[in-house]
Amino acid sequence: MITSIIHVLLLLLMPPLLMGIINKTKAWFGGRVGASFLQPYYDIIKLMRKGMVYSTTTTWIFRIGPIVTLVALLIAGLLVPMGPFSAPVTFTGDLILFAYLFGLSRFFTTAAALDTGSAFEGMGSAREVTFACFSEPALFFVFLVLIKISGAFSLTPMLHGPMEGFSVAIAAPVVLIAIGLFIIMLAESCRIPVDDPNTHLELTMIHEVMVLDHSGPLFGVISYTAAVKLFILSTVLLHILMPFQLQSDWINWLLQIFGVMGIAVLVGVVESVMARLQMQHVPYLLVSALLFCAFGFILLVR
Amino acid sequence: MPIYFVHIAFIITALSGVPGLFLRRGSLIAQRISVAMMSAGALTGIYGALTTFFSQTSSDMVSFPWLNMGSCYTGIDTLSAFFLIPVFLMGMLGSIYGLEYWAHDRHPSNSRKLAIFWGLLVAGMALLVVSKHAMAFLLGWEIMALAAFFLVSIEDCNRESRDAGWIYLISAHIGTLALFAMFTLWKLVTGSYMLQTVAESSVSFAVMNTFFFLALTGFGLKAGIMPLHFWLPAAHATSPSHVSAMLSGVVLKMGIYGLVRWLSLFPNPPYAWGGILLVLGFVSGILGVVFALAQHDLKRLLAYHSVENIGIILMGLGIAMLGQAGNQPVITVLGLSGCLLHVWNHSFFKSLLFLCAGSVIHSTHTRQIDQMGGLSKVMPWTALFFLIGAVAICGLPPLNGFISELFIYLGLFNTIATYPGGLVAAISVIALAMIGALATACFVKVYGAVFLGLSRNNETGHFRESSIVMLLPMIILGALCIIIGLVPVLFTNILAQAVSVWSGIESVSLCNPAAVAPLSTVSLVAVVLVFVTGVIFLIVRNLNKRTPQAGTWDCGYAMPSPKMQYTASSFAHSVVSMFRWVVMPREHKPHITNVFAESATFSSHVNELVLDRLLLPLSNVVKRSSGWFHWFQQGLIQQYILYILIALFLMFCTQIPFKELFEKWFIH
Repeated sequence: MITSIIHVLLLLLMPPLLMGIINKTKAWFGGRVGASFLQPYYDIIKLMRKGMVYSTTTTWIFRIGPIVTLVALLIAGLLVPMGPFSAPVTFTGDLILFAYLFGLSRFFTTAAALDTGSAFEGMGSAREVTFACFSEPALFFVFLVLIKISGAFSLTPMLHGPMEGFSVAIAAPVVLIAIGLFIIMLAESCRIPVDDPNTHLELTMIHEVMVLDHSGPLFGVISYTAAVKLFILSTVLLHILMPFQLQSDWINWLLQIFGVMGIAVLVGVVESVMARLQMQHVPYLLVSALLFCAFGFILLVR
Repeated sequence: MPIYFVHIAFIITALSGVPGLFLRRGSLIAQRISVAMMSAGALTGIYGALTTFFSQTSSDMVSFPWLNMGSCYTGIDTLSAFFLIPVFLMGMLGSIYGLEYWAHDRHPSNSRKLAIFWGLLVAGMALLVVSKHAMAFLLGWEIMALAAFFLVSIEDCNRESRDAGWIYLISAHIGTLALFAMFTLWKLVTGSYMLQTVAESSVSFAVMNTFFFLALTGFGLKAGIMPLHFWLPAAHATSPSHVSAMLSGVVLKMGIYGLVRWLSLFPNPPYAWGGILLVLGFVSGILGVVFALAQHDLKRLLAYHSVENIGIILMGLGIAMLGQAGNQPVITVLGLSGCLLHVWNHSFFKSLLFLCAGSVIHSTHTRQIDQMGGLSKVMPWTALFFLIGAVAICGLPPLNGFISELFIYLGLFNTIATYPGGLVAAISVIALAMIGALATACFVKVYGAVFLGLSRNNETGHFRESSIVMLLPMIILGALCIIIGLVPVLFTNILAQAVSVWSGIESVSLCNPAAVAPLSTVSLVAVVLVFVTGVIFLIVRNLNKRTPQAGTWDCGYAMPSPKMQYTASSFAHSVVSMFRWVVMPREHKPHITNVFAESATFSSHVNELVLDRLLLPLSNVVKRSSGWFHWFQQGLIQQYILYILIALFLMFCTQIPFKELFEKWFIH
């Protein structure tokens, strides 16, 4: 019970901090002081208190899009275990629900973008659904490798698999899927080198351009959802990067918190040292993620 | 007992179009009589099918005399009953929808024809599903194929309709030919036309494989498996929308029924069959959805999605065959439950989507997606039901498509974990994930381009929502999608009985997919998802009752116009260009020479993979090389009668005792 409460609290409260850490890391690389770690929280709270403007073109799809996305991702977050603890909701086949909740959120985000009738938002959603055609199969390849390692069809035992049955034989596949999953994470949460969250109103945009017309509380929901997505995916990645646990429960929770923060720093470093890829090269990056995972799987099949 | 209900339903539905012949053309009373008869017959049939599930009695057989064959048999078991329900349900809903969509007074020239063949189509499918004997099966099959031909070419004043009809007729009869060969071989091998399981030892391996490939050709042509789908897009696009819904939602499933029933006769299939079905399944799935993305015509797009969903259904069947081959009941149950549930799901959501498309076409008088837009403001209910169908067909929670895909995924995972290697199953998982992502792309494109944004059409004035007569079938189908998605547990008992009949696993509780898949948790999560989203949505709406409205922000551009919206073609362009190697889109770009370019047009279209690039060029070659044959075929009836006479004469010649005559004349 306690673990579930801590899980839900971390899931609800921690995500914006990751955005703060990424921005701080980038500021540090750029030689600036940067905004406070807590700036994303302030931003979201401020947005929640603002008014909204709807486009005359839009319908209820535009309003419900961000809400469906948020709810779907929060439910997905309940399926992913943190540290050595079991997830609050776990059942056989929850990995399929996890992946398809991402799909549901994508459907409604892109439909809400098309609801505005703007060419920019159409462009953004076209790119979003195109890149998903690679990132979604790649995610399933990651899961297949974990199924091969653990022999279970549920996220909690699957993600604990590398920790419990660690051997030399699984080291190489785990490293390969870690690389694949890191790329998937960058693509899904729209970070450099796939997408640049800082350049508003450029033709290079994917996620930011889809939400151009959202304002006030709904935009606050969207920013929060983006952070939640990053948090969930980095929790998944953390299991693969750190397949070990310590004796005491509270140290394990701290390990989880600092581990996710470490991944945020990593994302910040990547964003600082790399430029965004040309749009037509993004599929190559995603295919390479797919191939990393495929090689991981083949190593296990033999 | 249930079989008698199905027989009564068969007679009533088959005759439902007949009263119209005695009333004047364009009579609305005739249409109402036929709809009433169809509904009465369909409800009787559905009652009969449902009692099969709850009566627990073994199937009873009814025999009919058949010339030169002795008797032929019909009988109903839970597998037949499972397929009967969509047949009768869509028969009823489609005819109700036709009351407004194809009202007799607005289509006096062909509406009586439509009513007759609609009734025959439903009756033919009902017959083939309950037949236990090859002859009754083939009779039902042919009634269905011919009725469908007349329905596809109902608007025979259009060249497009006629062409689609001919291609359909040819492919349907190639399929029937394969079935004739298959049943003849069956009679040779087993000594009977009965569709019953035979001892393995009596059939050699080569003969079994011949059966498998004949069945795959015959039933695959009807179901629209990827290389054999070539008749499907044109036939589904040109027929009236409720006919397309019937063809796509139900008639294709008869091919699947045939395959499922036929494969159940072989309790120990080789592993390779399952593997072949899996590969065909994911190839159909991916190519179907990729071709769908490249279409500009709303109904052609939906037709290609049928190819995709047939692929998913085949994957389920392939998993079940692998389970049977390795004697792994869990895999069999998951695979076949996925296959069968997807049959139902697809017949509900695809029919729903076609009916919504019909509603859109009824209002806008075009099938071109790029001439639509913004329809959800004038047709809010159609838009809502299309959204339900779209989310369901993408396999997304909380609707029904997710449940059947969940079974198939779990079946694949079990296959990977149980069998050594399992590379085909692993590729299938990845393919299924890719199909899901591509389908999402496709339906976001359609929903966005048709219902969202602004209208790209200048004549928006007369667009209006369809009446309750057309909305009622959509409401029923949409409700079924939601109910199966939210509480799948209601249907698992029905599935379990059908699976038990198919697999020969005696214990029904062992066949229950709810025992191996966590359905109660899934429905709990789905209900929470819907509930929480609804509550937050209401809160947001109430907080901002007087939200100011303004035009969409177009980066400060002064004169935005609806023509500047992202079109469906441009939306799909990036995905289509990734699959350029197979889709091969033809683009007609303007050639710009001057500094000040003149007005220019751009167009793109995609040819059918098999029909336009393989079969038509091939048939042209055949046509050119066999020109000399026209000398025999000049269109003179007298000449043809002469040929018949010659043929008869030659046949009689075999009776002449040549040998005796030879001996008489030359030896003596």
